[in-house]
Amino acid sequence: MEKLRQTPSQTVGPFFAYSLTAEQYGYDYNSIVKGSLLGDKTKGEQISITGSIYDGNGDAISDAMIELWQADELGKYRIAPIQSRNNDFLGFGRLGTGAKPDHGFRFTTVKPGLVNGQAPHINVILFMRGSLRHLYSRLYFSDENNAKDPLLLSMDATRRQTLISQRMEVNKNIEYQFNIHMQGKKETVFFNL
Amino acid sequence: MEDKDFDVHPPHLYPAYKSTILRSPTKPLMLVKEFLEDVSLPVFGESVIGKLDNDLTKNARKNGQPIGERIKVSGIVTDEYRRPMPNTLIEIWQANAAGRYIHKEEIHDAPLDPNFLGGGRMLTDRAGRYTFYTVKPGAYPWGNHFNAWRPNHIHFSVMGHQFEQRLVTQMYFPGDPLFDFDPIFQSVPKHARELLIAKFKMEWTEPEFALAYEFNIVLNGKSKTPFE
Ligand SMILES: [Fe+3]
Repeated sequence: MEKLRQTPSQTVGPFFAYSLTAEQYGYDYNSIVKGSLLGDKTKGEQISITGSIYDGNGDAISDAMIELWQADELGKYRIAPIQSRNNDFLGFGRLGTGAKPDHGFRFTTVKPGLVNGQAPHINVILFMRGSLRHLYSRLYFSDENNAKDPLLLSMDATRRQTLISQRMEVNKNIEYQFNIHMQGKKETVFFNL
Repeated sequence: MEDKDFDVHPPHLYPAYKSTILRSPTKPLMLVKEFLEDVSLPVFGESVIGKLDNDLTKNARKNGQPIGERIKVSGIVTDEYRRPMPNTLIEIWQANAAGRYIHKEEIHDAPLDPNFLGGGRMLTDRAGRYTFYTVKPGAYPWGNHFNAWRPNHIHFSVMGHQFEQRLVTQMYFPGDPLFDFDPIFQSVPKHARELLIAKFKMEWTEPEFALAYEFNIVLNGKSKTPFE
């Protein structure tokens, strides 16, 4: 059977927020995906994932959108549909970078467990004005054993560091900083699926 | 690895669209299919969809109807093997009939419509079909180059079932005279541009009420394909 051609990708553009991240930006519309990946009754130590997205000049990008998708503490991805209210861990979150003056993002989640022998990680999907196709990447944790992760091992050793978020303790809150660099020496590794 | 379907997508760097210059990766993307082919995307339940979420002519009314040409847009979401994709989340956003977005930083000097937000969402049904009502968006100027105007378009975000099926795109209208001048549309390989243009469907129009367009969406379907 002849395959259909895929629908081509186009940029998310600068004006997505009132539909895709309305509550975060204060628009008069509800959001079904937010910056918290937790359910109402999610247990475990909460962490924050913070960072900014930098263009080739090193300037923080103010009209990007980032999605995170991860397994829970036991290394299981959510299978049950996400509803308007959820007790269990969602594992999925979305933020724009235009809601705060520093153009940063701050997600709330729990650290994922090992998935099929891969080190704990979070899948990242990135969209922005100026990006004609979204980009896939991955976030690892600086305080985990990443030495045997098959994906990290399969890439150029000098670039692995771009995927490893740095643990910090800020006011007793555990925070992992993950800055994304579109270009330059610290250019983040992006994936082709 | 890059088969012919890959060619439907625009390149990451397309200098005529100036914002791509500082925002596109300069190093080759890493092929990681083997590590991510078992990863799905989240699924959403009916409860996340509000009653009026698929009717942009109604979901933000304050004191009347939004101004503009009322239209219905409908289509089927499938994978590359023509299999319908049910329960797929589609989110949309667009300018109003005057070409103005409600976005706070938008400065185009065209009127906002107090009765129009321009945002909505829906889930495809068991046959992979979606339908929404809206008003036809206007063209709007942007700063890419002197006298740059975007063709009329509706933005789509589609949450496929598999990780590699995520899609964000734009739907255009037939015969738009701005196609030839728009680098975002032009960034798509020539043979694939038609895939972004909705078809006018006389048989779907609603007498005395709305014109109708068909826009089918095909998602990347490389994994979990038993017939491959
Ligand atoms: Fe637009």
